[in-house]
Amino acid sequence: MRISLANVFVDDQEHALRFYTQTLGFVKKHDVPLGQARWLTVVSTAAPDGVELVLEPSGHPAVRPFKEALVADGIPYTSFDVDDVRGEYERLRGLGVHFTQPPVNMGEVTTAVLDDTCGNLIQIAEQRGRSA
Amino acid sequence: MGGVTDAFRALADPTRRTILDELTARDGQTLFELCARLASNHDLASSRQAISQHLDVLESVGLVRTRREGRYKFHEIDTAPLEPIVERWLRRPGSDPGGTGETG
Repeated sequence: MRISLANVFVDDQEHALRFYTQTLGFVKKHDVPLGQARWLTVVSTAAPDGVELVLEPSGHPAVRPFKEALVADGIPYTSFDVDDVRGEYERLRGLGVHFTQPPVNMGEVTTAVLDDTCGNLIQIAEQRGRSA
Repeated sequence: MGGVTDAFRALADPTRRTILDELTARDGQTLFELCARLASNHDLASSRQAISQHLDVLESVGLVRTRREGRYKFHEIDTAPLEPIVERWLRRPGSDPGGTGETG
């Protein structure tokens, strides 16, 4: 058994595709029409055959209050690994990305938390001893 | 909003003092960041809900303020409730040592 998919619930798939590719730097893997929505996934350029992130519509009525409650408390929906969290923080801020938490050393890991403009907070994490 | 007695009562709890330490290190934190700092810097494994309740106590005595910024909520330290202590007992050198009235 292998984990092949992870998801984020996004308010607008087209907008999400732009943010996750043009800003965060992932690449589109699958884009299949599926009723009113799309089966839309992105992957990391570092692992094009690795785990796909599904940009999943937020349509279900339970999703909105769930996302809003997490965001209010600053809780990220998911976390991505980066080699250099401070470098990414500066790069993304230069692109206009808003952070609710600047890079903070949390022991074995340094983390920062950004707003993905799709209704979620996302953590980026640099694991000590694993940077390139 | 409580007086100095309520502020002392709030500060009697070590977790609440540590929360204020972390807000002094960086003011304006989300609940998530505070919990992560308490866990990684102080081995405080309290639940997020417990920390949230500590924050409610600190807010009720005026030592913490919450600021809504769009969809996020940030916590800030406010030392104003501690100022009566400075006024009453921690007078700076050079200030008049006597002749002040009891302030309550």
